[in-house]
Amino acid sequence: MPKTGPSSLSRRKFVATTAAASAVAVAAPYVRGAHAAGQLNIGFWDHWVPGANNTLTALVNEWAAKEKVEVKIDYITSQGNKNRLTIAAEAQAKSGHDIFAYPTWEPQAYANLLEPVDDVMEPLIKKYGKVNATVEYLGRANNKWIVVPATVGSQIKGPCSRIDLMKKHAGIDVQAMYPAGSAPKADQWNLDAFLKAAEACHKAGATFGIGLGITSDSVDTAGAIFHSFGAALVDAKGNITVKSDAVRQALDYFKKLAAVLPADAPAWDDASNNKWLVSGKGALIMNPPSAWAVAKRDAPQVAEQCWTHGMPSGPKGRYAPFLPYFWGIWNFGKNKPAAKSLLAALSQREAAEKMVAASAGYDLPSFEKLTDFKTWAEEGPPKGTLYHYPNPHNHQVLSIAAAPAPPKIAAQIYTQGVQTKMVVRHLQGEAMEKTLAWAASECEGFMRT
Amino acid sequence: MQRKSTIAFFMALPLIALIATLVLYPAGYAIHLATLNKSMERFVGLGNFFFLFKRETFWMVVQQSCIFAITAVIFKALIGFVVAHFVHNIPARGQRKWRGMLLVPWVIPPAMSCLAWLWLFDPSYSAFNWILALFGIEPVPWTGHTGWARFSVILVNIWIGAPFFMIMYLAALKSVPEQLYEAAAIDGASWWQRIWYVTLPMMRNIIAITALFSLIVTFANFDIVRVLTAGGPIDTTHIFGTWSFRVGIEGYDIPLGAAVSLFMVPILAVAAVFILRDITRRGNES
Repeated sequence: MPKTGPSSLSRRKFVATTAAASAVAVAAPYVRGAHAAGQLNIGFWDHWVPGANNTLTALVNEWAAKEKVEVKIDYITSQGNKNRLTIAAEAQAKSGHDIFAYPTWEPQAYANLLEPVDDVMEPLIKKYGKVNATVEYLGRANNKWIVVPATVGSQIKGPCSRIDLMKKHAGIDVQAMYPAGSAPKADQWNLDAFLKAAEACHKAGATFGIGLGITSDSVDTAGAIFHSFGAALVDAKGNITVKSDAVRQALDYFKKLAAVLPADAPAWDDASNNKWLVSGKGALIMNPPSAWAVAKRDAPQVAEQCWTHGMPSGPKGRYAPFLPYFWGIWNFGKNKPAAKSLLAALSQREAAEKMVAASAGYDLPSFEKLTDFKTWAEEGPPKGTLYHYPNPHNHQVLSIAAAPAPPKIAAQIYTQGVQTKMVVRHLQGEAMEKTLAWAASECEGFMRT
Repeated sequence: MQRKSTIAFFMALPLIALIATLVLYPAGYAIHLATLNKSMERFVGLGNFFFLFKRETFWMVVQQSCIFAITAVIFKALIGFVVAHFVHNIPARGQRKWRGMLLVPWVIPPAMSCLAWLWLFDPSYSAFNWILALFGIEPVPWTGHTGWARFSVILVNIWIGAPFFMIMYLAALKSVPEQLYEAAAIDGASWWQRIWYVTLPMMRNIIAITALFSLIVTFANFDIVRVLTAGGPIDTTHIFGTWSFRVGIEGYDIPLGAAVSLFMVPILAVAAVFILRDITRRGNES
C-alpha cells in the first residue's frame, strides 16, 4: 500500500514535477498541495556586506508568498564560529532549522544527517552547466548530492594586486595580463614570476601581504600553491603522501616566498591581509573582493589601484583557492519538499544575479554558466577590477587545500592548518625531513574514525 | 532538628537543581562524549585518552597549559600582594578611589579587554611597536613568535587577574590585628620581619585559596588565548581549552575535544587536594 502521509505526497509531487520540467524551469517544481504549506525555518549565514541579507530575505519572501509557506529566517554570524556551533548543536539535538547555510567542510562532517538533493542539483546542472570539482568533492557523499552550492558566501581567494606598485616594483602590468572583458594573457604568470615579484616588492617596501597563520586565507593560499606543485599530504585513497618530491618542492618554494613575506605572517588572521592592503603597505594580497570593498570605503586611493586576477601557474597547473558555502536540508527537517523548492528557487540565475549585485560582486554561484553577470564587469573603480574574479574563462582550476584526501581527513588538515604550519616550521629552521615527519604524524592522527 | 534540616534542604533545592543542570549534566555528558569514537557511534572506553597520549601536540599543550597557568598565578600573586600593601597603606579617605581603579581590569569582560590588547599587539599596527619605533627599536612580533606570543598571553592574563589577588589580599591584610604589628615593633622587628613573621602567616590560608581558585580558572582559560593568538604560532600557545575547541568544534572531532578538556580535571584535582589538605591541617593546628 502506498504511503499517503503529507510529506511523501508533496515530495513525490515535487520529484515528479522536477523530472518533467527540468528542461523548462527549475524554480517551478514545488507544487503546493493541501499539505505543502507550512513553516520553514532557515539558518542563513549573516553576510558581512550591509544590505546583502535584505536581498536574500526579499528573495525568500517572494518565494514564500508564491508558495504560501511561512518562513522564519535566522541570520547567524560566522564570527566566533557561531554558525558552526549552531550546526554542531542541531546535529546533536537532531532538531533545529530545516535549511542551513553550511560552511565549506560542514556538509561532509554531517553527511549522514543531510537530506540528499539530487532532485534539486540535477536540473540545475542541466540548466546552468556543471559545477567545479571542488564543489563536487565537498557537496557529494555516497554518490549523492547532499547540499546545493550557495551563491551567498562562496568565494575565490585569488590575488588582489596593486596596479601601480606591481608595475613600479615588479614590472608587471596586471591589467594587461588580465584585461577586463577578455581572456587572460597570463602565460608568463607563473610561480617563478610570482616569487620574483614578491622579492622585488619586498625590497621596495611593498611586501606581499600573505599570511602564514591557520585561518582560511592563509591555508587557502598555501593549499593552492601546494596544488600547483601536485603536492598532496594525503591522496584520495587516504594514503599519507607527505614524504614525496612534490611536497618537498612545494615546501622549498614556500620557504623562499615566506622569507619575503611580513615577519609576523605566522600570526596573521583573516583580517590581517585586508588591513595590509587598506593601509597601502602591500602590493598584493590573496583575498576575495572584500578587502577591495573596504578599501573603496576607507582608502579610495588604494581601491582605485586594485585589480583582482588569477593565480600564477606551477609545474602541475594553475590552481586558485575556492571556498564554497552550501545550502543543505537536515534529514530531520520538517518541511523537506518546501526546503527543496526554496533551494531550487534561490539557485536560479535571476536570484543569483541579485545576490551577487547585493554583495558588490563578492558572492559567487558555482555553476559554469553563471560567471558572466554584469556586476563583475561593471564594478569599480577601476572599472573591470572584478571581471576575472569569477574565473569567467575557466583559466584556473578552482581548488581547496588538503584535497584530494578523503574529506573527513582533509577537513582536519585544513582546520589545523597543517600546510602553513609546515611552512612556518621549515622557515624557522626545522630540517625539511623533520617537518615532513611531523606532518606525516599529524595526518596519521587524522585517520581515526 | 530533623525538620529544620528538611526545610534547609528544600530551600537549597533550587540551587541544587541549577547546579545539577548547569554543572553536573554537562560534566557527565562530556565524560560520555569522551568515551565515543569520532563519529560518535561507538563506545571506545578510554581509547581517546590513549590516542592523545601518543600525540606530540597534546604533550605540547600539557606543557604550555602548565607554563601558562603556573607563571601567571605566581606573578598575579606577587603583584597582588605588593599592590595590596600599597593600597593598604593609603589613608582611608583616598583608598576607595584606588581600589576601584585597580579593579577595572578584572571587571571588564575579558573578551573585550582582550580585543584591546589584540590591537596593541596587532601584527601590522601594534601600538607598542609604534612606541618602540620612536626610540629606533625594531618591531617585536608580539603574537608571531613563540616566545613573544607566550609572553603576551601570560601578560594579559596577569593584567586581568592580578586585581582579584589584590582585593583578596587587601581583605586579608585588613583582618590582621594591629596589636600583632605593635608587638612586633616593640620587639624591634624590621619591615621585612613583620611581613615574614606576622603578615604572611596570617594570610596563608587566603593566599592558598586564592592561588587554588586562580589556578583552576587560569588552567581553564579560553578567551585570552583564543582572542590573542588562537593557539598560534604553530600551536605553541594552545592551552587545554583552546585546543579542545580546535579539535572538537573546528576539527569535527567532538569526542577527542571532550577528552582534551577532561584532562584538566586530574591535574586540578591533585592541586586542589594538596592545597586544601594544607589548609585543613593548619586549621586543625590552630
